Amino acid sequence: MKPRKGSFVRSMLAIIWKDLAAELRSRELVSAMLVFALLVIFIFNFALELDAQARATVTAGVLWVTFTFAGTIGLNRSMAVEKDRGCLDGLLLAPVDRSAIYFGKMLSNLAFMLMMAVIILPVYSLFYNVNLFNPALVLVIFLGSLGYVTVGTLLSSMAVQARTRDILLPILLFPVVLPLVVAAVKASTVVLAGQPLGDALAYLNLMIVYDVIFIAVAFMVFDFVVEE
Amino acid sequence: MIEVRKLVKRFGHKTVLKKLDFDAQQGEFVALLGPNGAGKTTFLRILATLSRPSLGLVKIAGFQLPGQASAVRSRLGVVSHLPLLYGDLTAEENLRFFGQLYNVEHLKTRVDTVLDLVGLSNRRRDMVRTFSRGMQQRLAIGRAIIHDPDVLLLDEPHTGLDQDACEMLDKVLLQVSARGHTLVMTSHDLARAAGLASRFDILTRGRIQASVQSDALAEDGLLAFYRQTLEQSTTEAAV
Amino acid sequence: MKRNYPRGLIILNLVTIGLLLVATLMVFLYAPVEAVMGMVQKVFYFHVASTWTGMLGFLVAAVSGILYLRSKDSKWDVVGLAGVEIGMFFTLIGIITGSIWARPIWNTWWTWDPRLTTTTIMELIYAAYLMLRQGIEEPEKRARFGAVYAIVGFITVPMTFLSIRFFRTIHPVIIGGSDPSSTGAFDMTPAMLQTFIFSLLTYTFVFATLLWHRVRLGKLAEKVEQLKLALND
Repeated sequence: MKPRKGSFVRSMLAIIWKDLAAELRSRELVSAMLVFALLVIFIFNFALELDAQARATVTAGVLWVTFTFAGTIGLNRSMAVEKDRGCLDGLLLAPVDRSAIYFGKMLSNLAFMLMMAVIILPVYSLFYNVNLFNPALVLVIFLGSLGYVTVGTLLSSMAVQARTRDILLPILLFPVVLPLVVAAVKASTVVLAGQPLGDALAYLNLMIVYDVIFIAVAFMVFDFVVEE
Repeated sequence: MIEVRKLVKRFGHKTVLKKLDFDAQQGEFVALLGPNGAGKTTFLRILATLSRPSLGLVKIAGFQLPGQASAVRSRLGVVSHLPLLYGDLTAEENLRFFGQLYNVEHLKTRVDTVLDLVGLSNRRRDMVRTFSRGMQQRLAIGRAIIHDPDVLLLDEPHTGLDQDACEMLDKVLLQVSARGHTLVMTSHDLARAAGLASRFDILTRGRIQASVQSDALAEDGLLAFYRQTLEQSTTEAAV
Repeated sequence: MKRNYPRGLIILNLVTIGLLLVATLMVFLYAPVEAVMGMVQKVFYFHVASTWTGMLGFLVAAVSGILYLRSKDSKWDVVGLAGVEIGMFFTLIGIITGSIWARPIWNTWWTWDPRLTTTTIMELIYAAYLMLRQGIEEPEKRARFGAVYAIVGFITVPMTFLSIRFFRTIHPVIIGGSDPSSTGAFDMTPAMLQTFIFSLLTYTFVFATLLWHRVRLGKLAEKVEQLKLALND
């Protein structure tokens, strides 16, 4: 007897709801990501003495570096919760498709990352007097975050089981997520310079391809990561 | 209900379970005893579908592992020494979450019933983070039985509990057993196991070396039986 | 204990050594000295061949990863690890020889062009693979995770290359390149082409030989572990 068809989506939604509800109570994860992101932005201000002109060109880079680093904090925390109290076993014990577990975690990670972005963008606009309220930018951030959490959730489920858990995730993730970040930065730069979205088409295509390929790969490979 | 034949489990080159045979009828309460490292937890994990057998036959409720693992899971409940609960959710929410994963019908009523059974109705809206270890363990049992499984597996459930908590736990276990569920429990605490189980299996050196029914033992006879079995198997191995 | 040295390996050893000798001779004696760059251009033969072999290692690791996940046979894990170790070594040589070649030509030890950057990223993924393995105690889990990461890493390499390629490049585009502004490009005479192809072939043989040796070593190590555990029981 395989789990009923509706139960894939239902389990996935249950997991997402569970992560969001728990986070709403403790607010640990998003606040940790936020504080870290703000610190990074501050450090950039002092590390790169930028005049208004230069700032326009590096904004995209600074933003994506911030997201990339703060993102690992969210990913690590999200998986650590499952590992430390043995909850991942609790999920695996249920008659739930392993992929439903993966997608549930991946989508809640995506929600957290977007939450962080939603707060960081206005803050950055404020600090640096740059207008970041740009719907095209939102699209780029969405596509970038999607790819990031797709690979990140997969890798963090492995990293969390290693001894060197905290340092291992960035080491595993960054080289592999690079094409996505490069494309995201280029696309963001185009968009922020006021050019039409069509100019960034090549980069957007690459990001979409990345997202699609890795969602498919994660779907196929996650079973092997959690089943003994 | 549970049928295990010639089960072998290897980790790399290390063989932990060596052609283990095991049976459990419906309604039995089996205590699995044995020294550390004997393979009790490994065996339980295989029964719980968290680990795959390297070789051998494992059948639960008529379904075979690992192929029909999904069907088995909906008939299994597992209590480990880790609570497997989410600290930032309330007791009620935890049960509701797992109930959803198990497709439990009439979830709301079921959650109420289970909370009553484990004696935590008055703390249902409190976050699990605030619970004592004993209460968490009781809620963990609630989680394990929310879907009314045929089989309940327990891995050293009394670990870290004080006397009162142990007694409450035992009360719940006996109630669950009385309802006809099959229970398999690993334990280090012989005295406690003696008061609970209907059958005792000694697992050492990767196999079940001996098995005895509770009513076939004299009062306080379990310890002697246990020691005897261990000695015997050590001498056998040395030969 | 009986020596179990496969005859095929002995032959392969000899063939590879022979090829290496011939290739080196070809590079220094047969291929003409390039007009503009002089002797340093000869590094090119070793550079490209090494980098090629490095990528071969990655391919082997990814394919072994897939095969391991499907069969759970530990021999594929040994092959995958061997592929990564050897690939890592050759990639490093490729990067270093590339640097040696670049310095007199472009007057810089390093450039951020697509090929060099992608190769370095590949090296970092290799290193991450090894660190992942190091952090996992259980051999079965280690093999599984290694396989997954090798597959993921391999898929990203072409994407990394594409993403950086949209930048300006100063890397000579030897094959299929039509950008005349990239300095360091040169046309190959037939003798050069032959030497080039021969080096590629030779290094592939070197890779195969080293892989076989390394896999043998891995299998012997496994056997030792097995015996150790059997003694303990």
